[in-house]
Amino acid sequence: MRESTKLAAVTVAALLGVGAAGAGTLEDVREAGELACGVSEGVPGFSNPNSDGVWEGLDADVCRAVAAAVLGDADAVRFVPLASKQKVLAVSSGQVDLTSRTTTWTMKRDSAEGVDFTAVVYYDGQGFMTSAAAGISSATELNEATVCLTTGTTTELNLADFARANNLTLEPVVFEGKREAVEAYASGRCDALTTDSSQLAAFRAGFADPSEHMILPEVISKEPLAPLVAHGDNQWKDIVTWVVYGLITAEEFGVTQANVADMAANSGNPAVQRMLGATGDTGGFIGLDSTWMVDVLSAVGNYGEIYDRNLTSTLGLERGVNAQWNEGGLLYAMPIR
Amino acid sequence: MAVLGVAYLLFSNTQRNLEIRGIESGFAFLWQEAGLPIGDSLIDYDPSRGYGYAFLVGVLNTLLVSILAIVFATLLGIVVGVSRVSKNWLLAKCASIYVETLRNLPLLLILFFVYTVVLASFPHPREAIEIAEGYYISKRGIYLPRPLAEDGFAVFAIASVVALVLALVFWRWARNYKVRTGRSVSGFWGGLAIFVVLCALSYFASDKPIGSELPVYKGFNFKGGFALKPEFAALLLGLVLYTAAFIGENVRSGIQSVHAGQIEAANALGVSSGVVTRQVLLPQALRVTIPATTNDYASLVKNSSLAVAIGYPDMVSVGGTIIGQNGQAVEIIAMWMAVYLTINLFISLGMNVLNARVQIVER
Repeated sequence: MRESTKLAAVTVAALLGVGAAGAGTLEDVREAGELACGVSEGVPGFSNPNSDGVWEGLDADVCRAVAAAVLGDADAVRFVPLASKQKVLAVSSGQVDLTSRTTTWTMKRDSAEGVDFTAVVYYDGQGFMTSAAAGISSATELNEATVCLTTGTTTELNLADFARANNLTLEPVVFEGKREAVEAYASGRCDALTTDSSQLAAFRAGFADPSEHMILPEVISKEPLAPLVAHGDNQWKDIVTWVVYGLITAEEFGVTQANVADMAANSGNPAVQRMLGATGDTGGFIGLDSTWMVDVLSAVGNYGEIYDRNLTSTLGLERGVNAQWNEGGLLYAMPIR
Repeated sequence: MAVLGVAYLLFSNTQRNLEIRGIESGFAFLWQEAGLPIGDSLIDYDPSRGYGYAFLVGVLNTLLVSILAIVFATLLGIVVGVSRVSKNWLLAKCASIYVETLRNLPLLLILFFVYTVVLASFPHPREAIEIAEGYYISKRGIYLPRPLAEDGFAVFAIASVVALVLALVFWRWARNYKVRTGRSVSGFWGGLAIFVVLCALSYFASDKPIGSELPVYKGFNFKGGFALKPEFAALLLGLVLYTAAFIGENVRSGIQSVHAGQIEAANALGVSSGVVTRQVLLPQALRVTIPATTNDYASLVKNSSLAVAIGYPDMVSVGGTIIGQNGQAVEIIAMWMAVYLTINLFISLGMNVLNARVQIVER
């Protein structure tokens, strides 16, 4: 009996200990000296390890930007590849500090699944790719077609909704991993592949002959992709949110990786001075150094540079709706002041 | 007591943490509209059904593939096991190469391999291989005519049942006749003959009540008919090939556990080889084979969860989608565990009953 009481006491202590940890993610990250950042298992352009094992992509660079702001070191990131169905759970359970992994901001996830979304880093939408030989020009002609997709995502729901709304019968083949879904499509198992349009473009660029495949014009859903953090830590949510806004604002004001040091010292624009910590202390609002944006921009560059490096130059994705608000796009960062 | 205490603490702590993070809990979601598409379903399914119903579709798919795989793996396993101890050198070597290869590869690799081979070797549905009218093989699967009940089917069905009953009656009579007189009448073959002849007679008498719906290529895919999808076929084949290697070894060890002297003694008495196998070898070999095979059946059921890797909508695949949509992982995982536990407990129960029947009755 005494033995079992002791065991129970130890267990209670362990459980309470677990409960007490996580007072603040910022302190935890600083103490660990690295940022645990959830990324995909490999989506070109967003998060994908290159031949040297270095993670590349827009989502990976968002992780680096946050690490630069919080720790002053963009390389202090531990990338954690997450399967689709883990991406929300991993962050709500505290396995990672932040998930930056082509995750759609939906009401249910934001409210009932224990996570908070920060700021949209990419406005996407679900589309279809078919082989050019199929000879169709619209997704509404896909009746009776077989469609490959991946599990645990909003993609499945959108596909079912689209089929119901348009009276189509679509036969889904649902895979655990993106790679298996793409391979099944490429081998001819499916007539069409469906996922976010940006990823379709990435996969199409990776085929031996991209001209054999075409992306259909319909975009059947809104997919605002945003990094997410655990619900309940407002300071940490603010940090990630404002790092993203900082990246977008820097592009708007023309602050780049190359000129950030010069701008911090010599810019005559008060808004730029505030953001780069030359006047005032915007970093102090969220518990960071006043030079937080200088660290971020000198590490990864502004949003436009990140986009160009990861999506335009390698995959040929144009800015489209992801241009700045004053250039006809949807990117509208809240003012840093 | 300590175990209960720890369990309670874990439960309440989980509940509290879920509440703190604002995650819903409970099973109310099972009645919410699922909205997710499922490709292969044994029962009528569409996305407006509830999550619970979608999960049930997955459970039935898991059951279907598990049961079929158990049947085929057992048949193949017996062939492999018997071949292993065969006096035919080539056959024995082939069987042992089979066992050593399949047993030492991860099942996931076998599944990927089978699936890739299936997809790579079959043609596009436009150029489907037509074996006979209504029988097609393509990347979309194997399509067969689907039997359809037509007028007069009820008469035929009742006649078939009557034929089955008559066949069973004959089988019992044959057994009793042998006990009474010592003369052997083959109850099995006689019963089978009665059944087949009566069924055939009633089939033609009721004007051929079974028609067939042929699959037709239209637009993107075949329509109608009965389809065996590549994902299902690959999963079934992978599970059968893998598990048969283990069952084969159980069968081999069972056969080798019977002392060679007994077989020789039976042969020396002039007992026919079929009777030696059925009356001397099998009853003793099964005692060794059955308990080990129970484990392999249980592993097979659990291994069927790898279906998700090759796109077959089993319980784990559907459940994973539900987690992705509503985030209630704890509930879904509990349901997965409950279903696997139930299936495997039933397998254990059945196999234990079988085992009890073949064990030596000590007097």
